[in-house]
Amino acid sequence: MNNWRPGASFRLLQKRARMLKDIRNFFAERDIMEVETPLLSRFATTDPHLDSLQTRFRDQCLYLNTSPEYCMKRLLADNAVPIYQISKAFRDNESGPHHNPEFTMLEWYRPGFDLQQLMDEVTGLINMLMAEKHPGVRFQTISYQQVFEDYAGFNPHAVTVAECLQCANQHAIDIPVGLGAANDDLDDWLDWLLTQLVLPRLPRQEFSFIYDYPASQAALARIETSSNGYPVARRFELLYGELELANAFYELTDAAEQRLRFNQENSQRTSMGKPTIEMDTRLLTALEQGVVDCAGVAIGLDRLLMVLSECHSIDQVLAFSWQQA
Amino acid sequence: MASYSPNQFKNGLKIILDNDPCSITENIVVKPGKGQAFNRIKARNLKTGRVLERTFKSTESVVAADVEETDVEYLYNDGEQWHFMEPSSYEQFAADKVAVGDAVKWLKGQEKCVMTLWNGEPIAITPPNFVELAVAQTDPGLKGDTAQGGTKPATLETGTEVKVPLFIEEGDVLKIDTRTGDYVSRA
Repeated sequence: MNNWRPGASFRLLQKRARMLKDIRNFFAERDIMEVETPLLSRFATTDPHLDSLQTRFRDQCLYLNTSPEYCMKRLLADNAVPIYQISKAFRDNESGPHHNPEFTMLEWYRPGFDLQQLMDEVTGLINMLMAEKHPGVRFQTISYQQVFEDYAGFNPHAVTVAECLQCANQHAIDIPVGLGAANDDLDDWLDWLLTQLVLPRLPRQEFSFIYDYPASQAALARIETSSNGYPVARRFELLYGELELANAFYELTDAAEQRLRFNQENSQRTSMGKPTIEMDTRLLTALEQGVVDCAGVAIGLDRLLMVLSECHSIDQVLAFSWQQA
Repeated sequence: MASYSPNQFKNGLKIILDNDPCSITENIVVKPGKGQAFNRIKARNLKTGRVLERTFKSTESVVAADVEETDVEYLYNDGEQWHFMEPSSYEQFAADKVAVGDAVKWLKGQEKCVMTLWNGEPIAITPPNFVELAVAQTDPGLKGDTAQGGTKPATLETGTEVKVPLFIEEGDVLKIDTRTGDYVSRA
């Protein structure tokens, strides 16, 4: 029986070790402090598209974190210094060539940075990691609106569900069961067309920053008015080809707005038939104390290692995938 | 009625699509970073064998198909239906032409088959991987031509025609692979 052996080759485990060391050096050089926050918490994300895994301590239900953002923001409320963390995150129902329910996340926060400065720093980190094998790899920066206009032919901030349906038919894209004609399905339609029409057309072996998402997809980002007058979420994602690597926010720090988002997400969960999640009142209190203006980003390190080593399946870069653990 | 969420999809799960029972053969989760997840599946229609593709929002639900597989022995054909028996309970099942499908090419009696039942009704018969059947008719082969790779048609006792080596004669019992319809050896 060979079922005890690691899924990743030894060479890839060495690459992982090297990547982690290089990342820690990158942050040490910039005087960004490494922190650790708990993986187990009595609070979980209310994000309607994320499912937390649950466990118990004695008779108390605890969640495995889906990202360390709530606790890292509480640290920022206490001390407004730049911090980073390399930790595990867990997500139920996520498994496939690009997903393992347990994965490694690099998350960092930059007080005083805007998203442009954070994009520059992300570019610096990735260039440093790619320098050996792929020097001079290209980065493009494009707005969510522009990428839809270029590849789907419509403005996502002004489109209707009927027009999305028409676009899907025009491009002979399969229409998922459950994707309806109701207006509150618009974000699901944009997600579907993004994955089917837009992302596959991004330049293959290049990085793309997509920024300024629809306000309805703000998650924990601030909503502001774009230069051409649409309310947008100050967020960016980083992709390599169509593989999503990172998500960043110009962080929401307004406690009242955060409470409103928690409530909105819980009512969305209810309409999706999912249980509601108790809102993290400790985060709300920290925001009331005051969190400095900052930008924060999370990078999936397993996927980044896939890019660095030209692997196509996440199992190839994990010592043991969840099915082997 | 039992149902599944797309989060429960996995290979081999039996669900109803287009009113027919289907078995999932591939399940891919499509999920944008912060957004809605979708499941794109391939599923084989258990009645027709056709493979269909479908995508579901992960919040949908899909009706479960009450499908089971049971080992049976082929008994006889009454001209309209094919009769099978479950050997431990002696329970008998009658399958129609559509359910028996291509298995009919290999059945003469007493073969151990797998029967697929949907809501208790037979919808498909899978014959054994290998069957032994006698040659009912074949033209004589060329004398001494045993080493060459040539083939000729032969009609088996079930009426099915297969390609056999030139040295095979009428009355020979042959081992046939039912998955490919190929001659394997003399039994």
